[in-house]
Amino acid sequence: MADPMRIRAVLNGDNVEVKILIRHDMETGLRKDPAGQLVPPHFIKTLTAKYEDRLVLDAVMGISVSKDPFLSFKFKGGAKGGKLTVTWIDNLGDTRTDTAIIS
Amino acid sequence: MNQSRRDVLRITSILGLGLAGGLFSSLNVFGAEWMPKSFEAKNLADALKELGVDKYTMSSDVSVVSAEIAENGAVVPISIASAIPHTEYMAILVEKNPSPLSVAFNIPEGTDAAITTRVKMGGTSNVYAVVKADGKWFAASKEIKVTLGGCGG
Amino acid sequence: MKPFVVFIFTIFLINIAPYAIAGNSSTDEIAKYRELLEDGNPAELWEMRGEELWKKKIAPKNVSLEQCDLGKGPGVVKGAYVELPRYFKDVNKVMDLEQRLVYCRTTIQGLSHEQAVSTPFGSAGHPSDIEPLVAYITSESKGMKMAVSIKQPLEKDAYEIGKKFFFYRAGSHDFSCATCHSSDKKRIRLQELPNLLNKVDAQKAYSTWPAYRVSQGEVRSMQNRLSDCLRQQRFPEPIYTSDAITALIMFLAKNAEGGVYDAPAIKR
Repeated sequence: MADPMRIRAVLNGDNVEVKILIRHDMETGLRKDPAGQLVPPHFIKTLTAKYEDRLVLDAVMGISVSKDPFLSFKFKGGAKGGKLTVTWIDNLGDTRTDTAIIS
Repeated sequence: MNQSRRDVLRITSILGLGLAGGLFSSLNVFGAEWMPKSFEAKNLADALKELGVDKYTMSSDVSVVSAEIAENGAVVPISIASAIPHTEYMAILVEKNPSPLSVAFNIPEGTDAAITTRVKMGGTSNVYAVVKADGKWFAASKEIKVTLGGCGG
Repeated sequence: MKPFVVFIFTIFLINIAPYAIAGNSSTDEIAKYRELLEDGNPAELWEMRGEELWKKKIAPKNVSLEQCDLGKGPGVVKGAYVELPRYFKDVNKVMDLEQRLVYCRTTIQGLSHEQAVSTPFGSAGHPSDIEPLVAYITSESKGMKMAVSIKQPLEKDAYEIGKKFFFYRAGSHDFSCATCHSSDKKRIRLQELPNLLNKVDAQKAYSTWPAYRVSQGEVRSMQNRLSDCLRQQRFPEPIYTSDAITALIMFLAKNAEGGVYDAPAIKR
């Protein structure tokens, strides 16, 4: 079971400012382990963020997104107390969903 | 988190695995489309072609903001933004990486066309932000030098 | 009069030139890189995991770490790190955070010593339990002032031994810590070397460990940092949580007294 994300969603004026930190190795498949073996690729492919039922971000990632990915973006029309839901799926089919309440 | 929530999440993720493997392609369960050809393209021109970029215009309304020197190429903070109205799609490409396309975003209406994230750079390279607005493509680029510092710091 | 003015002006130019040549814009851009990194520190994920591990009941005794005394009473995590290393009556010795964690993992949770010190430094596919615990515990001292005491005789001894260690030259290169860290404004390539005998430098250096090391993708503790220093000095690898390292940590922590603790940080 993948580790939880850290999601911060803060209403600042008109904008909800979102910052997401994700625990993921984002292995490129090009790295060799200490024994000299190629470590297989393991990376997040897709990520979505929804405010209540509305999609606010849709991302596709490859192997050159940094380990423990960080994303920051803003959207309008959100309110304090509203729910932000973030989901990612990786190339091995592992997935994680976390929510945050807008403060 | 408490045990029952863990259980729900575990069950959901197992279901998710099943769905991803079987009924739905992992492409469309949540709407985002992962395009293998564009991520596997080995140079900038091919990556852009696979993204469907027929031609693009360099625009000062598109920006790539970052430090000019990255102490370590494993984590390079990049902010891309587009002031062009109706920007619906933004992508980051690292020209000299083995596979230049790093990450791409669909920007729904109501979301700012401005994203900050971190990418891996294999070495000093131009980093491109390529955006689509009203069916047209625009871009900006910035050279970022990658260095490995001295000791532990 | 004029030649004199020209002379003074030339001296002035000669003095500022080295700073210009040293690449002011390079150092500015590197400072910008470091600032941009602070926007989102993956160490927070380690802090979350550490809090979980602190509260998790594990075999063989099915007990958590919540009764572990880090110096301010059983279970008190807030503010504990800025007072470490310190003397602990129950073991009659000075311990740093990691020694104390190992102690609690063995005595309270019943792990063997081997289990308690296993994987102190994680890597991809081999996560450490200790690094998240350190991240969590140190985060609970963030914003507080370093306040290590050396009043107790064994604490004073540890400080003096640490100081001796700091100046001790050995290894194939005849390096001591002082070789790199006892003068102002030294650097190796693009990396500035803090003068750990200078209060301001010492505070800045000590208060930013543990840190998420971007180059390793892991949160690294003070034990790890010093172990790496020793490696770079061409010293033998220290035993994890050895008393010698605790003494060195005591020396560094005391030198950083009064500094505002700002970790877990993020570094290259």
